[in-house]
Amino acid sequence: MLYRKKIWAALATVAATFALGISASAQAQQTLLNVSYDPTRELYREVDAAFAKQYQEKTGVAVTLRQSHGGSGKQARSVIDGLDADVVTLALAYDIDAIADKGLLPRDWQTRLPHNSSPYTSTIVFLVRKGNPKQIHDWNDLIKDGIEVITPNPKTSGGARWNYLAAWAYALQQNGGDQNKAKAYIRALFQHVPVLDTGARGATTTFVERDVGDVLLAWENEAFLAQQELGPDKFDIVVPSLSILAEPPVAIVDKNVDRKGTRDVAQAYLAFLYTPAAQEIIAQSFYRPTDERVAEKYRQQFPDVKLVTIDDPIFGGWQKAQATHFSDGGVFDQIYLPGGK
Amino acid sequence: MISALTANAGAKTAIARRRKGPGVLPGFGLSMGLTVVYLSLLVLLPLVILPLKSASLGWDGFWRVVTTPQALYAYQLTFGTALVAALINLVFGLVVAWVLVRYQFPGKKILDAMVDLPFALPTAVAGIALTALYVKTGWLGGPLNDWFDWQVAFTPIGIVVAMVFIGIPFVVRTVQPVLEDVEREIEEAAASLGADRWNTVRRVLLPTIVPALLTGFALAFARAIGEYGSVVFIAGNRPMVTEIAPLLIMSKLEQFDYVGAAAIATVMLSISFVLLLFINLLQGWQLRRGRRFA
Repeated sequence: MLYRKKIWAALATVAATFALGISASAQAQQTLLNVSYDPTRELYREVDAAFAKQYQEKTGVAVTLRQSHGGSGKQARSVIDGLDADVVTLALAYDIDAIADKGLLPRDWQTRLPHNSSPYTSTIVFLVRKGNPKQIHDWNDLIKDGIEVITPNPKTSGGARWNYLAAWAYALQQNGGDQNKAKAYIRALFQHVPVLDTGARGATTTFVERDVGDVLLAWENEAFLAQQELGPDKFDIVVPSLSILAEPPVAIVDKNVDRKGTRDVAQAYLAFLYTPAAQEIIAQSFYRPTDERVAEKYRQQFPDVKLVTIDDPIFGGWQKAQATHFSDGGVFDQIYLPGGK
Repeated sequence: MISALTANAGAKTAIARRRKGPGVLPGFGLSMGLTVVYLSLLVLLPLVILPLKSASLGWDGFWRVVTTPQALYAYQLTFGTALVAALINLVFGLVVAWVLVRYQFPGKKILDAMVDLPFALPTAVAGIALTALYVKTGWLGGPLNDWFDWQVAFTPIGIVVAMVFIGIPFVVRTVQPVLEDVEREIEEAAASLGADRWNTVRRVLLPTIVPALLTGFALAFARAIGEYGSVVFIAGNRPMVTEIAPLLIMSKLEQFDYVGAAAIATVMLSISFVLLLFINLLQGWQLRRGRRFA
C-alpha cells in the first residue's frame, strides 16, 4: 500500500515538473517543423543544432527544430493534407509546386531565395562494390548482360526522378536526340532493375545492407555517406560522363507560418542555410555548396562532371518532364508494357 | 390465493413472450443502435467516401484509370497471391491448431504464444526481416538459390511468403476453440460403430470445424489482400511483375492523384466485398447443413 502511494507521488511530481517546464518555456520558445526528403537526416541534424545556437545568441529565443523525413512526394502530400510544416526542403521543385497548387504558398516561391531557392545542389553518381568488379564506368555499362541496377521508383521517389532524367539525358546525347532510341535505352535499363524501392534511403539499404545489385544510382551525398559510414573498403564511387544538376529547393509554407506566427524564425532559418557557416556544414555533409568561396574550398571533394539542368530544352522544366515521363501513361509506364512503344 | 396464482401465470406468459423475442436479456434496442452507429462511423463512412471521391472522374475516366494494364495486373497479382497464401494457411493453420489442442509436449505454451506474434509485430519489421532472410545472400535465400535456383525475394513467391506470415494466426485462432469443444467421445463412438479413420475425420470431425476453418480462411485472405507494410519490402515492386494493388494506390497518392487512388481502392473494395460475402454465404450454408445432420 505504502509502495503504491510512493508511485503515485512520484508520478505526480513528474507530471508537475513537465507542466511547469512547458509553461515556463512557452514564453521564449519557438518550434519549427522542417519537412524534408529522405537522405537529408544527417545534414539537417547538424544544421539545426548550429542554427538553434546562433539564433539564441542573436535573439535570446530558443528554437526547437523538429524534422520529418521520407520520400519527397509523400512528404509533400503530408503537407498538403495538413501537416503543419513551417518550411519544406524537398528533393525537387515539382513537389513544392504541388503544395503551391493548393494555395499554401505563392506559385512564384522559387524566385524568393537565391539560386532557384536551392542553398545546396547535388548530382547523380554510381555507387559500385569495391574494386568495381563488373567494370561499370558509364551509363551504357548499366545495360550489359548480368548487371543489376538498384534505383528507387521514379513515381514515388524524388531522387529516382533525377536518376531517370540523367539516364535520359545521356541516352539522348548518345543517340543524337532520337527519342525512340532513348526510350529503348530506358526500357533496357529498367529491365536490369530487380527491385524498385519507394524511396532513396530504401534503395541504399537494399544495395548496401541486403547486398542486392551491382550498382546503385544515388545522390552524390548519399553515395559519399554510404562510403563514409560503411568504410571506403566496401564501395567505390563512379562518376559517369554526364549527369544532372539536382537542385533540392527550400521554401517557407506561408499559410502555416502566418497561422503559427513563426514567419520570422522560419525566414531566419532558410537565410541561415546560405551563410558560410551553414555552407560549411553542407559541404561536409557532401552536398555541393552554392556559396562560391565555400565551393572553392571544397573543390577537391567534388569531382568535375558535365551536368545538364532540368530547365534544359530536352526536359523543359519539371512540369513538362513530369507529364512526359512520370504521369500515368507516360514514358515510365510505357516501358513496362509488353511490346510497349 | 387465486390472485397469487394468476399473478404467477402472468409472469409465466411474460417469460414465454420474451423467449420468442431476441432473448431473456433486455437491451436489444440499445445494442442494435450502438452497432449501427459504430459500424457506420468506423466502417461505412470512410468506405462511402472512396466511391464519392472517385465519382469526379466520370464513368469513362473511372474505367480508364482502373483498367490500365498495370492496374489489371496488380489486381490479379494481389488476389492471386492472397488466395494462395490463405490456402496455405488453411492447411497448415489446421495442422498447427490440431497439434496445439490434441497433444501435450514440452514448450507447448511457447509455441502457442508464437502463433500470435504476427499480430503484434509491426508489418514493416516483418517485411524487413523476411527480406533479409530470403534475398540471395540471406540464410534461407542463399541455399534456395544455390541448390534449387529458386528466387523468393523480389518475386511473387516472396509476396506469398509475406502474406502467409501475417495470416498464420487467423486460421489457428479461429479453429482452435472449436477443436477444443469437439468431444473425443464422439470420435470414439464413430470408431466403435465401424467408421474407419478417414470416415471419422470426414464425417465427424470436419463438419464441426469447417465453419471455423472458413472464417479463418476468409480473415487470412482479407488480411492478405490489404497487406502493404510487409509486402513492399519483399516484393521488389516492379510494375507488371511484383507491383501489388495497394502499392499502386500508394504510388498514385504520392503523385498527388487522389482521385485515381480512390478509383483503384473502390475496385479493390468491391471485389473484396463480393468475395467475403461469398465466403460468408458458404459458411452459412455449411452451418445449416451441419445442423441438419446433427
